[in-house]
Amino acid sequence: MMDFEIINSYIPRFLEAFRLTITIGWLGIALAFVVGIVVAFVQHFHVPVLTAIAKVYIELFRNTPLLVQLFFIYFGLPKIGFQISAEVCGVVGLGLLGGSYMAESIRSGLEAIPPSQTESAVSLGMTKPQLFWNVILPQAFTISLPAIMANVIFLLKETSVFSAISLMDLMFTAKDLIGLYYNTTECLFMLVVSYTIMLLPVSLVGRLAEKKVRYRMFGD
Amino acid sequence: MDEILKIEQLKKSFDDLSVLDGIDLSVKKGEVVVIVGPSGCGKSTFLRCLNGLEDIQEGRVSLESEVINPVSKSTVNARKKIGMVFQSYDLFPHKTILQNITLAPMKVHKRKKAEAEGEALQLLERVGLVSKKDNYPRQLSGGQKQRVAIVRALMMHPEVLLFDEVTAALDPEMVREVLEVILSLAKEGRTMLIVTHEMAFAKAVADRIIFMDGGKIIEQGTPDDIFEHPKTERLQSFLKTFTYDR
Ligand SMILES: Nc1ncnc2c1ncn2[C@@H]1O[C@H](COP(=O)(O)OP(=O)(O)OP(=O)(O)O)[C@@H](O)[C@H]1O
Ligand SMILES: [Mg+2]
Repeated sequence: MMDFEIINSYIPRFLEAFRLTITIGWLGIALAFVVGIVVAFVQHFHVPVLTAIAKVYIELFRNTPLLVQLFFIYFGLPKIGFQISAEVCGVVGLGLLGGSYMAESIRSGLEAIPPSQTESAVSLGMTKPQLFWNVILPQAFTISLPAIMANVIFLLKETSVFSAISLMDLMFTAKDLIGLYYNTTECLFMLVVSYTIMLLPVSLVGRLAEKKVRYRMFGD
Repeated sequence: MDEILKIEQLKKSFDDLSVLDGIDLSVKKGEVVVIVGPSGCGKSTFLRCLNGLEDIQEGRVSLESEVINPVSKSTVNARKKIGMVFQSYDLFPHKTILQNITLAPMKVHKRKKAEAEGEALQLLERVGLVSKKDNYPRQLSGGQKQRVAIVRALMMHPEVLLFDEVTAALDPEMVREVLEVILSLAKEGRTMLIVTHEMAFAKAVADRIIFMDGGKIIEQGTPDDIFEHPKTERLQSFLKTFTYDR
């Protein structure tokens, strides 16, 4: 059975790892959101040249594992002269992976708005920017929100591969402690608890936000 | 009466399909023009050309002295003076009724919120929908949505109003509440171009009726001319589609 004294003694190390994981996780997600918006806008407005680059970027990052991307950034970049810390590497890796997912979610929301919305705004005399910010984007965001929230949760879980570039995140700490003391059950228990504490509030807040925003447009 | 809207030799095609084939029309201030014709004859396309939603291949559309089509810089400005109401209402689903009708006045005309809302409430009162001001479009019936769409267009103080089959998507019992609103606008002396399949309404509201077919104006005249004394064979057979014989 589990030894709660052992668990107690592990708490400080797990707290430390928890802090690191959510810091890098949320910074990565913030970056992903920014990248996603930029890439989705580039595609939506068919910006020449950049649209092609955006497509390549999305396919590349959606179709390779985060672990491989992290290795490229962490071990590859120094070879061409860029020194980068494991923390920055984690944020950038998560941000680029997440950016490709966020871009797709936001783009599909933008595409879901019927052209008649644009036409009625245009015939009211609104300019393209006015109707984009006031009519298209808020609706697209409402439609994209469930997908965006799913991405956030997915990205938070993806932080578990950070240990591979020796970031002392939750996974790293658990593996480290198991290697030292063989208290596998206790460590796995702590892992489950930590990830649950990290993700459950996000799920709940996400569902609440979806409900609030969706209610206006769809009434459910 | 003064001419306000002028359409000269308008030609419009989609790729190989010619839809409007040389239309000339001059609309006077305060005139109500109703456009009728068989499905697919280009009525909607015609209205859409009038506010620059469609670009045209030949000819010209101008409002007073400003050219709307061919589309240019002046289109954006001239378009503000033309209101359009569509069959599918196209309210903004993420905004309340009050927000729906004050958005464009605040953004386009830079009007103050309180001032725009004051006028909005007056207009809502007029169409009997003040109580719905804080509802979302999905909470309204089709007829109510269409009345909101009309108010939304009126808020821009348009000089010309375009209506494209605004009752076609409505249940019969809601048609009347919308048409009454349009009739009252006609009584105020508004300039309007109305596409409709409601012949009784056309008769009541129109100063002039235009019969279109095959992308051309085939016949035009007063309601009496059109309904009681149709000259062309095409118009006669079109009108027959609205009557039933045993
Ligand atoms: N965007 C488009 N692309 C290609 N063809 C189009 C387009 N819009 C309309 N058309 C064609 O143009 C013709 C005229 O269409 P339009 O909608 O103007 O007819 P209408 O008179 O309004 O018909 P209805 O009474 O059914 O509304 C039709 O043959 C239609 O298929
Ligand atoms: Mg039509």
